[in-house]
Amino acid sequence: MAADQLAQVEISVEVNGTVVERVVEPRTLLVDFLREDLGLTGTKQSCLLEVCGVCTVLVDGRPVSSCTSLAVDADGHKVTTVEGLSDGKTMHPLQESFVDNHALQCGFCTPGFLMMSKALLDESPDVDREEIVEYLDGNICRCTGYQPIVQAVEQVAAQMRQEREVAR
Amino acid sequence: MTAHETEQATQHGPGAGHGTAFWGRAHEAPSEEFRTVGRSVRRRDLVEKVLGTAKYTVDVTMPGMLHARVVRSDRAHAKILNIETSKALSQPDVVAVVTADDLVHLRARFGHIISDHFILGTGKVRYFGEPVAIVLAESRAAAYDAAELVDVSYEDLPAVMTAAEALVKDAPLVHDVLYDATADATFKELTESEGEEDEGPHLTNVAHEVTIGWGDVDEAFANAHLVVETETHYPMLYGYAMEPYNAVASYNETGLTVITTAQHPYMVRDDLARIFDLPLAKVRVQAPYLGGGYGTKSYTKVEPLAAVASWVVGRPVKLMLTVDEAIYTTRVDDGQMRMRTAFDAEGRILARDYELVMDSGAYADNSPLVLAKSVNRAFGPYRVPALRGRGRSVYTNTSPASSYRGFGAPQGNLCGETNLDQAADQLGISRREIRRRNLVKWGEEILPKNRGIDADLIADLDMVVDSLERDRKDEPYYGIGFGTAASDAGAYPISTAQVKVETDGSVIVLSGSTEMGQGSTSLLAQVAAEEFGIDIHKVSVIQSDTGAVAYERTTGASRTTTLAGLALVRACADARTKLREMAAELWSCDVSEVSDGPGVVNGPEGKSLDLGKVVTRWFGGSAGEVTGVGLVRREGVTKEMPPFWETGMVGVGVKVDVETGQITLDQLVTCADVGFAINPQAVEAQDLGAATQGLGGALFEELVYDGPQLANANVVDYRVPRAGDMARKIDLLLAERRDGVGPYGAKGAGEGQLNPVGGAVASAVAQAIGRWPSRLPLTPERVWRLANNISDDD
Repeated sequence: MAADQLAQVEISVEVNGTVVERVVEPRTLLVDFLREDLGLTGTKQSCLLEVCGVCTVLVDGRPVSSCTSLAVDADGHKVTTVEGLSDGKTMHPLQESFVDNHALQCGFCTPGFLMMSKALLDESPDVDREEIVEYLDGNICRCTGYQPIVQAVEQVAAQMRQEREVAR
Repeated sequence: MTAHETEQATQHGPGAGHGTAFWGRAHEAPSEEFRTVGRSVRRRDLVEKVLGTAKYTVDVTMPGMLHARVVRSDRAHAKILNIETSKALSQPDVVAVVTADDLVHLRARFGHIISDHFILGTGKVRYFGEPVAIVLAESRAAAYDAAELVDVSYEDLPAVMTAAEALVKDAPLVHDVLYDATADATFKELTESEGEEDEGPHLTNVAHEVTIGWGDVDEAFANAHLVVETETHYPMLYGYAMEPYNAVASYNETGLTVITTAQHPYMVRDDLARIFDLPLAKVRVQAPYLGGGYGTKSYTKVEPLAAVASWVVGRPVKLMLTVDEAIYTTRVDDGQMRMRTAFDAEGRILARDYELVMDSGAYADNSPLVLAKSVNRAFGPYRVPALRGRGRSVYTNTSPASSYRGFGAPQGNLCGETNLDQAADQLGISRREIRRRNLVKWGEEILPKNRGIDADLIADLDMVVDSLERDRKDEPYYGIGFGTAASDAGAYPISTAQVKVETDGSVIVLSGSTEMGQGSTSLLAQVAAEEFGIDIHKVSVIQSDTGAVAYERTTGASRTTTLAGLALVRACADARTKLREMAAELWSCDVSEVSDGPGVVNGPEGKSLDLGKVVTRWFGGSAGEVTGVGLVRREGVTKEMPPFWETGMVGVGVKVDVETGQITLDQLVTCADVGFAINPQAVEAQDLGAATQGLGGALFEELVYDGPQLANANVVDYRVPRAGDMARKIDLLLAERRDGVGPYGAKGAGEGQLNPVGGAVASAVAQAIGRWPSRLPLTPERVWRLANNISDDD
């Protein structure tokens, strides 16, 4: 059966805080929904096999490979992409730290690393270097050699710890 | 888990050997001499990239655009009998299926050295994965679906799957015709110093052959105290730039526009103009940010496919490859090398004699130049009184090979450096000492009639080995290894740049150098800010649009800082000359009374005008613009080839688990001899990136053919370095002696630290387990076999 004969599905997804309703083909991948239907091209894709981490977005706060997820499965859920990290005025501390630490060069893998790092710090801000390395082992970067990325995340974790202590 | 420690420091040390000062300095306290350069400024492109707003080719769309999917050969070598397209064409949303038959009125081949590369398989296919048809549809999904329905029938031809098979007498020919000679005229000049080229009149599978030599090699071997012979294999690699090749093309009555993942937009433009017989001015090639390059995006790749598709249907076409298609578009040449070296009793090299064979795949692409450079670089930056080297780039029925970071250097360096280490071991001298005795000193020639080396390799070697020794662990199965390399870098020196001074004193830089992650956007802004004495935030940089910027031959061979940088310095000087002349006219004084100040022009009697004010007052209507032009050719400081030497100096410390063969990387030390680091943080970042890619080839990466096709054309089975593979200690050293021809004494960087990594790892493993590996990558199985003395065949 040709694609256009398949039933179209109406979905409602909260993307970066805004609820969007669209009609999609059932086979539409989440990454294509974000990039092509919504024009959120910050999310990239590369391996298409869930091993490079480039296409990582957060669905209800959990990191997900958008290249191997269906848009229909995001129906009724909250999706956060790299465009949702900053509030439009100030960058997220991870974004600042990545720039300061030169944790990217070509930048193609960066949205995935940022989303993965956010998931990690949201989950457990008390991470040490070993845990950061382990958590980011599923994301590939071909430019940096990883050290600056790990350093960038470590710095934000340290900042967060400090802020918590001050708040206490 | 051991604690990861960070050691990133610029080393201070004595200037050894050549009498110039050592310019090492900490980043926190840059020289007072400069305002902007020499500082680790925040790279502006990084901000766009972390926000997700940076535009890559993959993000580009055009109104009315169709989507393309390529139908690829599933045979290694076969005659095309028929391509049945009717079923695909009958599908909804399918607009056209383009085959070679549609291209008969075009010059449907490309290739800047040998014009052997058919856009679509014509009459036959020469490798599994070769494009044979392009399906065009209104959506990507429709194009993918219909591509499955294109039915190609073949008659198999005998194939040659390895270089060894291809070199057998009377082997099946990958190309049974001779193609017209070099399209790129500078190729000959780039290789002129490497000896005669022997293109025999009879057809063979040798795409290109290079010989190099001097002195009486046979006599040197006859009188040698020691002769060491080594044979090594450097693996077939895939560069894996994470954004696969993709392009959007629009052919219409105004000409051809292609937006693409190209490092060299001007070279791509030239190929496209030849295909359509269009004036160069009618072909516009733009390269936005590249999602990785590493040499893999140099020269023409998918642009002709997208362009001919658009030409056939008269609508814009977008073609995006997947990673497996990218692997079947361009991979890296492997290198099988044998080297003999003659030494005297003190370990001094008397002669080197070597032969290198590279498997270059079905089409030449840039492999002839990769081969030539590999042969040039294989014997190392040593004093070699007698030399005989030969290299052959061989056609096989495999994915075409071309440039990759290091440009032929890693393939030969592995053999040359491990050969030297083995000699040291046999002579009972240290691996450091044998290098100290043979390394060329500053200014000494490596290649006859070429620029002498513009680096202090002995001082650099000492910094690296001292660092390694300082943290060497005294435990079993621990080894350190190090190596050195020097590349005749920079490619052919043809660069231009333009600067435009605006009415508010801000400056726009136009450059044809592509931003692929290496940081050229930021670097060029730093240089312009320095030259005009203005704040870096008042500088914009526009790059890589052949219809709008300034010509740059290539973005490769680590040339941008040196050559594009030099062109930019000259463009700034040209603009400042014009501004001084304009000010002199405004002040009715002699131009000799006018001088430059930071962001201003100064005149007699304390007169001073901001740069922008000079522009508006001279034009008279609060408007206008002043353009400066900078040109670099093979003249003056860039007359001698190469424009600069890019050196590599790398050491590793490894721990081997002899039970499993697993290697743990304990130390990674690099030293970049860059003359002057315009952005030190960016240089260190490039060095770590290059060394890490080198570690990929040394430890994990290898494309493996299983019959006609690759067994691992994906990122699951082709394993690249990951975060967990990082060295426990990383020490990135910079040597800055202001000895380059680039701006402020800078030389290029970014590739050098990849080149010696393979040999250094092999050497460290040999020290750890007492046996010499001969091929990379050193996977756990290979190391386990080596440690337990079990051959690969058992």
